[in-house]
Amino acid sequence: MADPILRLERLSKHFGALRVTNELSLDVERGEVHAIIGPNGAGKTTLISQISGALAPDHGSIVFDGRDVTGLSMAQRARAGLARSFQITTILPNFTVLDNVALAVQARQGHSFRFVRAVNRDRSLTDAAAAHLETVGLLERAGTRAGSLSHGEKRSLELAIALATRPKLLLLDEPMAGTGREETERLVAVLKRLASDYTMILVEHDMDAVFALADRISVLVYGEVIATGAPEAIRENQKVRQAYLGEEA
Amino acid sequence: MRAAMPMVDDPHRTSEVRHPVSMTLFAVQLLNGLQLGVLLFLIAAGLTLVFGVMDFVNLAHGVQYMVGAYLAVVFTTLVGNFFMALVLAMSAALLIGLLLEVTIYRRLYDRDHLDQVLATFGVILFLNELARVLFGPSPLTVPVPEALSGAVLLMNGLLYPVYRIALIVAGLAVAVGLWLLVTQTRIGMLVRAGATNARMVSALGVNIRQLFMIVFGFGVMLAGFAGFTAAPILSVEPGMGDSLLILAFVVIVIGGIGSIRGAFFAALIVGLVDTLGRTFMTDIFKLFLSPSAATDVGPAVASMLIYILMAAVLFFRPTGLFPAKGS
Amino acid sequence: MAKTASPATPSTAPRPSRILEGTWIPLVVFAILAVMPAVSVALDDSFLTLFVIRVMIFAIAAVSLDLILGYGALISFGHAAFLGIGAYGIGILSAEGTDEGLIAVPVALVAAGLFALVTGAISLKTRGVYFIMITLAFAQMAYYTTTSLSAYGGDDGLTIWSRTEFLGHAILDDRTTFYYVTFACLLGAYLLCRMIVASRFGRVLTGAKQSEVRLQAVGIDPYGYRLVAYVISAMLCALAGVLLANQTEFVSPAYMGWHRSGDLIVMVVLGGMGTLHGAIIGAAAYLVLEEVLQDFTEHWRLIFGPILVLVVLFGHGGIVRLLSILSGGRNRG
Repeated sequence: MADPILRLERLSKHFGALRVTNELSLDVERGEVHAIIGPNGAGKTTLISQISGALAPDHGSIVFDGRDVTGLSMAQRARAGLARSFQITTILPNFTVLDNVALAVQARQGHSFRFVRAVNRDRSLTDAAAAHLETVGLLERAGTRAGSLSHGEKRSLELAIALATRPKLLLLDEPMAGTGREETERLVAVLKRLASDYTMILVEHDMDAVFALADRISVLVYGEVIATGAPEAIRENQKVRQAYLGEEA
Repeated sequence: MRAAMPMVDDPHRTSEVRHPVSMTLFAVQLLNGLQLGVLLFLIAAGLTLVFGVMDFVNLAHGVQYMVGAYLAVVFTTLVGNFFMALVLAMSAALLIGLLLEVTIYRRLYDRDHLDQVLATFGVILFLNELARVLFGPSPLTVPVPEALSGAVLLMNGLLYPVYRIALIVAGLAVAVGLWLLVTQTRIGMLVRAGATNARMVSALGVNIRQLFMIVFGFGVMLAGFAGFTAAPILSVEPGMGDSLLILAFVVIVIGGIGSIRGAFFAALIVGLVDTLGRTFMTDIFKLFLSPSAATDVGPAVASMLIYILMAAVLFFRPTGLFPAKGS
Repeated sequence: MAKTASPATPSTAPRPSRILEGTWIPLVVFAILAVMPAVSVALDDSFLTLFVIRVMIFAIAAVSLDLILGYGALISFGHAAFLGIGAYGIGILSAEGTDEGLIAVPVALVAAGLFALVTGAISLKTRGVYFIMITLAFAQMAYYTTTSLSAYGGDDGLTIWSRTEFLGHAILDDRTTFYYVTFACLLGAYLLCRMIVASRFGRVLTGAKQSEVRLQAVGIDPYGYRLVAYVISAMLCALAGVLLANQTEFVSPAYMGWHRSGDLIVMVVLGGMGTLHGAIIGAAAYLVLEEVLQDFTEHWRLIFGPILVLVVLFGHGGIVRLLSILSGGRNRG
């Protein structure tokens, strides 16, 4: 357990009297796909938001890549290598698909106080962006206005944008939410390919996808991790079956 | 010119303040500041509620103040009795406000802020010009009502006009009434809830359109009341609401959008700081500058004071002193 | 507008027809402006040149506003302050005996830039309605400050006795030269803004307008970019102020009045927001409308106010969109 990419220590967040994250500690190892599952209202999105920096925890600490990032903003964490996809699609609807990704490439290349050169003639941006689109299978839609993509395509675009920041850790908040069967299978295949190159935290409801992708699974119930382990161990875990899987069966 | 300053006819203001600051002068300016604060509150209260509940930027709110003042001119001339005129003018102000709401504003609630700003800007241009056409460009006056004329001796050497005292009392009474209305009644509860979360209120099955109209009508009446009651001590002229509107913005920014309590305290602070600053800033600068430099710098700094205050509040509390919206 | 690029080359280069569609309007606009002095001579109408200079001056201010309003969605209701600061920069320096443009113009622009830096740093911390009110309030602060500048005319304003000179040459005294100097400033401002919106910086600005969270998530904090855009916009607007002071040979607090700020927004929206050339057309349309209505009645605002309301309620996209519809082009996204 030496040198995890992400270490959460006694993270807590309250909304009024409601404890959505309760003294939560968790390590994510380098190279693994770590799935976080749990029933609705378990606090998964709140947790992702605290890791990405959209929400500040009440107390506890977040150590990313050996550095305490608890006090950093979302943008600062993104620059440090923490990329996030959103449960509710968050893209730039009036940009083309390619430009959405190119903006992320641009952010990765350093500050954007560059006023002279036109972005759409900058091959260092467009080529890299095109490569990421190819990875998620969206290259042929490069010139389309992002707002007019189908829901499934938007999910893929989110992924491409996250990849373009060349993250050390990918936070995927329900990447399959609302996508059809076929689209889900395609996304799982894409993520499976990416799993060898990226460390990921995957929050997902689709259990088939989770068990297909995850190296380890943590089960979140009422803001607490009740179990962490390999997929098989989680499947067999009695506590988990009661709290979570039991409800589904 | 700064039509908003209610102390234009104050002998202490026009006479150059050369003698040492006296207790009487300070007390007079304190009262003047209080009175400006109360006036600002009446305008800012309606504005902040309309912002808070409807998310509607109504630049033309200041024009409603002007409308109130002109209605004072019209109705005091027509009926003679000040208080009768007040009742009639309030009804007319409400009618004019609702007419604008039904014909124009209603179509703007769903639009973005830019559209709201532009359309209400158009309304301002129109009504200011209409006032100019109907009443001429020169300032008009309204006599102080007989019952409230004269002055009283408040303390040794401090003679203060009864009417101004009445204004302060009336303003404070309205503030208390408004506070009771907002905190103690069902409508008030809905308004407060609306300022915090408009979608929730409409989810509760409340007729949000109707609520909007009530809030809007209330705001219009308050602004009209402010204009009417200010008419006897100010000159009534086209565009008189514009500078007050911006002061009301400053009040709202300092107090926090949607907060009646914030509007109240911020209005008093702005009224006092502005009035006292204008009176004493030059003297304060004379303490460490040459008299001529102080007379150059003093007024300039005095006119910047409330904006500096606003900037400072924003810097430390970006959502104002009493934010109504949950973060 | 679903158009598919060929799978092999994901090029964002616009198609030829699209290039033409985007460019013909500004080309026509600048071509007309370029020949206006000759037209004015041919018609023997000296007022025309003066009027078009005025149009171009306000066009510079409107273009500068469009940079932050149209591309950054920052509703600045205090832009006239920068116009006024530019004008007062010239006026005050002239009153102090400095008419040299190589000193006065930079001083005026930097003064506006500094004011924008300080007020922008505070107002850009806020959003929406707050931003509108705060920019308005800061402009009003500048307004009242100038009214109390008794050494420089206060309320009454300040007459400028000699126009700005360049290396001792009073080139602005010649009307045609003044015209082409203004023309060059407008063209320069327009091209500068065009370049900025097409750059990396511009992409951040337009991206932040669509989703601030998205930018944060890829590691960009829009605040600094918005602030720089605000300062650039302010300095360009101050350039318009410099020219305005020289044309009218007079500066007064009225230049900073909040109605003036409102007028600038009207120009941008009337012409077509977020196009830059729309701002030029909007400025021209506004001033022509003002001129025509004023001929009709001195109470022209009585007509203009309702027109404005109607334009907001029913006209979307301004004159530029109208033009591109009339010319058979497609609507801009």
